Amino acid sequence: MSEVQNLNLTVKVWRQKGPKEAGHFETNELKGISPNSSFLEMMDVLNEQLINEGKEPVAFDHDCREGICGMCSLYINGHAHGPDDHVTTCQLHMRKFKDGDTITVEPWRSAGFPVIKDLMVDRSAYDKIMAAGGFISVNTGGVPDGNAIPIPKKDADEAMDAASCIGCGACVATCKNGSAMLFVSAKVSQLALLPQGRIEAARRAKAMVAKMDELGFGNCTNTGACEAECPKGVSISNIARLNREFLCAKFQD
Amino acid sequence: MSNPNFLSSSIGKKFLMSITGLFLIMFLAFHASMNMVAIFSSEAYNAVCEFLGTNWYALAATAVLAIGTLVHIAYAFILSVQNSKARGNNKYDSQVRPASVEWASKNMLILGIIVLCGIVLHLSQFWYKMMFAELAEMSNEFAATDGAAWISYYFSQWPVVVAYIVWLVALWFHLTHGFWSALQTIGWNNKIWLPRLKCISDIFATIVCCAFAAVVIVAFCQSL
Amino acid sequence: MTTLNSKIPEGHLYEKWSNYKAHQKLVNPANKRKLDVIVVGSGLAGGAAAASLGELGFNVKCFCYQDSPRRAHSIAAQGGINAAKNYQNDGDSVYRLFYDTIKGGDYRAREANVYRLAEVSNNIIDQCVAQGVPFARDYGGLLANRSFGGAQVSRTFYAKGQTGQQLLLGAYSALSRQIGKGTVTMYPRTEMMDIVVVDGKCRGIVTRNLITGEIDAHFGHAVILATGGYGNVFFLSTNAMGSNGSAAWKAYKKGACFANPCYIQIHPTCIPVHGEFQSKLTLMSESLRNDGRIWAPKKAEDAEAIRNGKKKAQDIPDEDRDFYLERRYPAFGNLVPRDVASRAAKERCDHGFGVENGGAVFLDFKYAIERLGKDVVEARYGNLFQMYEKITNDNPYETPMKIYPAIHYTMGGIWVDYELQTTIPGLFAAGEANFSDHGANRLGASALMQGLSDGYFVLPYTIQNYLADELHTPRMDTNSGEFAKVKEDVKAHIEKLMNVKGTKSVDSIHKELGHIMWEHVGMGRTKEGLQEGIKMIQELRKKFWAEVRIPGNANELNVELEKANRVADFLELGELIARDALHREESCGGHFREEYQTEEGEALRQDDKFAYVGAWEYKGEDVEPELHKEELKFEYCELKQRNYK
Repeated sequence: MSEVQNLNLTVKVWRQKGPKEAGHFETNELKGISPNSSFLEMMDVLNEQLINEGKEPVAFDHDCREGICGMCSLYINGHAHGPDDHVTTCQLHMRKFKDGDTITVEPWRSAGFPVIKDLMVDRSAYDKIMAAGGFISVNTGGVPDGNAIPIPKKDADEAMDAASCIGCGACVATCKNGSAMLFVSAKVSQLALLPQGRIEAARRAKAMVAKMDELGFGNCTNTGACEAECPKGVSISNIARLNREFLCAKFQD
Repeated sequence: MSNPNFLSSSIGKKFLMSITGLFLIMFLAFHASMNMVAIFSSEAYNAVCEFLGTNWYALAATAVLAIGTLVHIAYAFILSVQNSKARGNNKYDSQVRPASVEWASKNMLILGIIVLCGIVLHLSQFWYKMMFAELAEMSNEFAATDGAAWISYYFSQWPVVVAYIVWLVALWFHLTHGFWSALQTIGWNNKIWLPRLKCISDIFATIVCCAFAAVVIVAFCQSL
Repeated sequence: MTTLNSKIPEGHLYEKWSNYKAHQKLVNPANKRKLDVIVVGSGLAGGAAAASLGELGFNVKCFCYQDSPRRAHSIAAQGGINAAKNYQNDGDSVYRLFYDTIKGGDYRAREANVYRLAEVSNNIIDQCVAQGVPFARDYGGLLANRSFGGAQVSRTFYAKGQTGQQLLLGAYSALSRQIGKGTVTMYPRTEMMDIVVVDGKCRGIVTRNLITGEIDAHFGHAVILATGGYGNVFFLSTNAMGSNGSAAWKAYKKGACFANPCYIQIHPTCIPVHGEFQSKLTLMSESLRNDGRIWAPKKAEDAEAIRNGKKKAQDIPDEDRDFYLERRYPAFGNLVPRDVASRAAKERCDHGFGVENGGAVFLDFKYAIERLGKDVVEARYGNLFQMYEKITNDNPYETPMKIYPAIHYTMGGIWVDYELQTTIPGLFAAGEANFSDHGANRLGASALMQGLSDGYFVLPYTIQNYLADELHTPRMDTNSGEFAKVKEDVKAHIEKLMNVKGTKSVDSIHKELGHIMWEHVGMGRTKEGLQEGIKMIQELRKKFWAEVRIPGNANELNVELEKANRVADFLELGELIARDALHREESCGGHFREEYQTEEGEALRQDDKFAYVGAWEYKGEDVEPELHKEELKFEYCELKQRNYK
């Protein structure tokens, strides 16, 4: 870990009391932030400072702080999860910023993800899409041996790539259309690529797309911004597969 | 497609955009190759015009083309309204376009509108004075079948030339994204073909737009 | 007076689970929907249990504090999941997995439970494959395996470095399916505040809606706590920020015994602490020890030169590197169990051979890259290397990783019998929240196995044995009686927290607690240290209740209040951990008393005195808890000094 000089920063944070209330930016000065600390640790310092000043700390979602739970969700300096590639907010480190920088921190902004408070948004729509069809219909028990159906390595690997989605919502947040296609396509792809999931692939694609539309997410216009900002690098080729699965399913109806 | 919900689904609407878009792309390829004839021979070009102007198949194709264009435009607006609703009322204070995201992809509607304006101008100058005039038996400065004469007439005026170049640049941007995007939407894509299709889109758009521009520029140069 | 009855079924070890299933009571399908089951927690154990019970037809309510069940911290497990499939033909068997787990746990786990775990491990793999979990496969299309610590066979199944994520998403998808069908109702962003006990049986829980602050009560014929471990007592750990011990602690205060709280696993390969604002520690998967070699400089002056930045790791020639694990444990080498590896690292650093502020050793891939090529190493560990580089700004392909032990997993937890039922009838505990399967130390890739085993294959059976007698219990009104009383208690507790109105932030006190725990109740424990630690915790607890400051209101989203509520419990739980560690005058697994070690510094058990489960019963505020002992009988494996040489 390289020893670098500590940073003094101006942090412009979105404050919003509740979903219905109007929000505004609040500017805070922070001193002596270690470049080796993570972005969320910087936010911790900010909150500590606010508490000591008798103010309310900034509410933001976070949990595992190792880039896998998908809970953290900040829009930093115009990028979902900040300016570094292939990281979540919690893995973004302060060495990506320079002394004297002004950092703008906003919540995910999309009609599908209403703000709950400050930087915290409601992503329950994702759970609803999953409940509509993001599964293989098997009950516990009574399944064949794990090696009963060999799966080509290529398919298994591709399914794994799609399955690495952490459901953070950066794709919706960054999409100019507020579209959830990357999220939906990752799940549809993962399961359609595996023989176990192939069986109900058509039903799944239709059910998940119908729920996604119903919840008011936008349409994909193939800008690829979702892929560029996805912390896990989920590819938009999954969206092509979703389109294929969906269209084939519809044409067979 | 017994399911009535197909066109109300997001992918269904996008599918319609793609199919009409691909149809328009084919038309452009045909139109561009036809135009190239004008550079080499006015007589040959006029022969093509005469053939198409009186051919009922061509007329039927024109009607289909018109419908396709209208559907493409109508759905462009329907989708854009939906998308802006999905985006919500709160705009980001700062938003940076990632380097891998094409500028065109984020501005397809505005590019489309420029293209549409170009089409209106173009139709009023050529189609109205040629195919429509022939059908309606109107008479104008030049004969409806004398396409070459219309070309040299309009493209000797520099404001028209500039308007056409602007139009073609917009068309180029629109095509570079539209082509591969249409294939992506109908599901014809994967990780390997994604970069290839993007490259093909660029080449195709460049060839078509250069072909169109060549006619305009050659005609303008000849008028000097 | 609580008595511990482990309810181990009759018969030979091999037959116990079959016998149990053959003779247990079941609930018929038509009656299942009349029974409500509450599941607290939505990780591998909770999510799997909620989904499976929903499939069976029970009326399930599932609660989690996160915004979605998919975020439970099971997701962060990297390396893999064990199963005795013997796909590699390398001599594995159910018995061997059982034996390794008992031995790895330093002979402090219950044989019958562990054997059942090994038995169902194979079903777990099948189940996950059927759910669409994309396990790694070989070119022939069959499942691949890798090795983990404490075993001489390759039995670990994995999905890149994201096995926990994929297994959790599998359970989450099964849960989502039941949510869609309406058999499970999900309550995200809801924290359990207490359990409700009516006439000696657990009948429900009281919750706080984390968005609105509303206090609600929920009735269940049975309640399952699958709320994970309490490692965050130490403030810095590999747990998620929200991971807490409150549910278990509330159950303890209502009469459930808390077993072996001092068994805490310290994981040897974590990224070292970088500074005072550090909020958590990041684990580097144990799978890295398959190919990475751990070393510290042989010469203290080299270590010092590295600490001062005068030398780099690459400057130390091979002959001046001390591969201390390979030196001390030639048979298992770098793949010794976690407790052994952690202590060995601490031993090196305590003797002045540590790097990076003295608190780190090296995990080097130079040799693996020479042997296998960079591509192979990248394919195996690429995502972990990338994660390491993002955090530390060092490239592990070129310079060795720096690692140090960190708090990772708690083997201790709520005491449960063979049916996973606590000492409160109707209250069950699953996954890391219970104490059952890992003894004093957990082997790598066994946590996922245990969580899923409890959730998919154990609870759906054993809970029916209890529920079959509950058919005639009507659903209770949650606005009166005991439910109303507990709600009032919870509100009063919150009020008390809000009214302290001091000057210290919750985190600052939590950090202090963490320091005390790490210094006095950490890797090397002594009688004096523990006694002093207990005093310090008691003082800190007083300070907390006098000086903590919680801004905002209780009836709205209030993150500081959530944290304060959890830290208040940690401040009590920390003391119990120390107390348990103090009473256990031996070293075993994750519990190391410096007074009890062999000449070579290995853990020295006192089997004649301490071959039991220590289960503590709450006796009231500021009253010493009562210790109950469940003797551990080893009929099928011989008690031996662990030997990884």
